[in-house]
Amino acid sequence: MRWIWIDKFIEFTPRTSATAVKCVTLAEEHLHDLYPAFPIVPHSLIVEGMAQTAGILVGEARQFKEKVILAKIGRATFHRLVRPGDTIVYKAKIDQLADHGASISGVVEIAGDPPNIVAEIELMFSHIDQNISGVKFPEHNFVFTEQFTELLKTYRVSAPVMLSEGGTPPKSKDLAGA
Amino acid sequence: MALSRDEIYKKVQGVLVDALSVDEEEVTPTAVIRDDLGAESIDFLDISFRLEKAFNIKIPSGEMMPENLASDPTLVQNGRLTDAGLTELKKRMPFSDFTEFEKDPEVEKMSKLFTVNMLVNFIESKVNIPA
Repeated sequence: MRWIWIDKFIEFTPRTSATAVKCVTLAEEHLHDLYPAFPIVPHSLIVEGMAQTAGILVGEARQFKEKVILAKIGRATFHRLVRPGDTIVYKAKIDQLADHGASISGVVEIAGDPPNIVAEIELMFSHIDQNISGVKFPEHNFVFTEQFTELLKTYRVSAPVMLSEGGTPPKSKDLAGA
Repeated sequence: MALSRDEIYKKVQGVLVDALSVDEEEVTPTAVIRDDLGAESIDFLDISFRLEKAFNIKIPSGEMMPENLASDPTLVQNGRLTDAGLTELKKRMPFSDFTEFEKDPEVEKMSKLFTVNMLVNFIESKVNIPA
């Protein structure tokens, strides 16, 4: 199983905001693990979906050259459950972006008219090569890998706004940090 | 408009309560941010972001926490700051109290310089710039 918790982007404004969606189906095994007779998406995976949406937004802000990792969950407040058949909408906004990392605020909704708010989430990401404690990490970019490059092509097709400024997609070697 | 030290202290206290999930009473002027309030390295970035928001200021990299000091052999030798290192650190952190640290300037003990008071001094130097 691939650890990918968003299906596509529907909006992407570089260095500012991104919106991604995830369609939930009863066929997903993890839905049955928490409460066998009552399938729901675990809150932790909703946080992960927001982290992936926002992580790509933060990565793109530095042309995917930084290794961006989720460093801290500042707040995660949940208002309702997510069930099979729901479409999760992840809306992420960059609050602050600096050399060492970024902070984002996000809202998770269930698509509908009107949409239902599922959660409000604040996350912090670290550019780990710039970490304050000076810890060294492997040189190759193990976050934005070749596999991610392929995934990005899929996302680029689905997002109405291109994933890099001016509509010029980053080259694979750039994404891989080569 | 200049902020009083008490106003700055209250805001810094709020930032630390939010960033570190500690009780307000724990945030005393002499509390060491890592040792007493349990901050980890990523928390310092969080604190820096929250201070920027709370006081509407910019904190450039390395201004609140000096960087690349330990990797310079003229400044640090055998895990201790040299005389030049101590002078450099004092220059970069004019808002810290070095009274205890300079008696035994081990790199490992540098985190003890980061107290609540130090943050208040730092913010005071940023927001109350003399005209």
